[in-house]
Amino acid sequence: MAKRDESSELLRELVAHLRQNRTQLREEWVGRISETRLLTAMTKEEIFAEATSVYDSYVEALETETFEALQAYARNLSERIIPRGVETHEVVGIVLLLRDVLARSLFAKYQTDFKKLNRILDAYEPAANRIANTVAVGFVQERERVIRQQQEAIRELSTPVLQVRERLLILPIIGVIDPQRARQLTEQLLRGIRTNRAKVVVIDITGVAAMDVTVANHLVQTVEASRLLGATVIVTGLSPEIAQTLVTIGVDLGKMNTVGDLQGGIEQAERLLGYKVAALAEPS
Amino acid sequence: MEVPILKQGAVLIATFQAALSDADLNQLRSALVQQVVRFRSRGVIVDVTAMDVMDSFASRTLREIAHMIRLRGAETVIVGIQPEVAFAMVQLGLTLEGVATALDLEEGLAYLNQKFKTTK
Repeated sequence: MAKRDESSELLRELVAHLRQNRTQLREEWVGRISETRLLTAMTKEEIFAEATSVYDSYVEALETETFEALQAYARNLSERIIPRGVETHEVVGIVLLLRDVLARSLFAKYQTDFKKLNRILDAYEPAANRIANTVAVGFVQERERVIRQQQEAIRELSTPVLQVRERLLILPIIGVIDPQRARQLTEQLLRGIRTNRAKVVVIDITGVAAMDVTVANHLVQTVEASRLLGATVIVTGLSPEIAQTLVTIGVDLGKMNTVGDLQGGIEQAERLLGYKVAALAEPS
Repeated sequence: MEVPILKQGAVLIATFQAALSDADLNQLRSALVQQVVRFRSRGVIVDVTAMDVMDSFASRTLREIAHMIRLRGAETVIVGIQPEVAFAMVQLGLTLEGVATALDLEEGLAYLNQKFKTTK
């Protein structure tokens, strides 16, 4: 109990020292940052502004011995600097530099009282380590969140559901389909059928080189689920390999409407919808 | 909970509310067939828009309804299956095979009208 009180008192003394020497210590820190060539993606003014916020959050975390505010700040900071191309090692680097700068100032202040220095460091070090950890983890978590978001966006963009006529949708699939993409494709298509009130969907897989059994099953399920929403699916552009896969897994071809190429598929879809395309008089 | 059945000309419309018990489904099946006989209906629409989950019993009952009604010379259309429900159904292998489906009430009526014309 006494030890804890003593520790808290030492931290208070420490915090007071850090607040008193704020300007000088911050300047020293910013100097070390440019010396070690970190945060090159940011301007001097930006570094100074962020350094001020980080310094103040650091001291506050030491003072309150709580880290939620610091965590929130770390995430917020990360959100701002990640698009600027700041890397993980830079963020960890600058936080450790601050730790060093503050530690050195403690050595300087208590150099005549070795015992006291020891006690102050006993209070300082665990808190400083926790702070470095919090900031680094906050940064990494934010990076991971951004990556997940980008992956999601890429997946959606790469499979547009296009309306080409009233009640007719086209879904051109290009590239590799993994089970996750297949699932996302199905969900997008079903939503598209409902939104556009589509009666016919042409799924073109000309751009898909190969399909494993799992994904082929997903395709069959997509066709069946579309039917439950009242839409007929025409699959076009099957490569010989994919045709082989479908036959191998025993797909009931009576259930799947297939046509050779996209053009043929659209023509059939138009017939199903009651359209007839006729040439006008020859252009002059 | 009894499912309301409305009459629209030669078509009966039964609208599900959410969460029907097995007993409710059985009751609906009997009621629909009786009403088809009574009104000499030519078509039945079962609107499941409010259903957020479809289990195998519900799926089987819907198919039975369609078969029984076809024995009376009438056509059944299931409408309003939600995207999420459709997805879950096909994953469980509940495909409502042999039963006509349409996007919503409007499409269901259009389908039936089309059918009536061709089977006059």
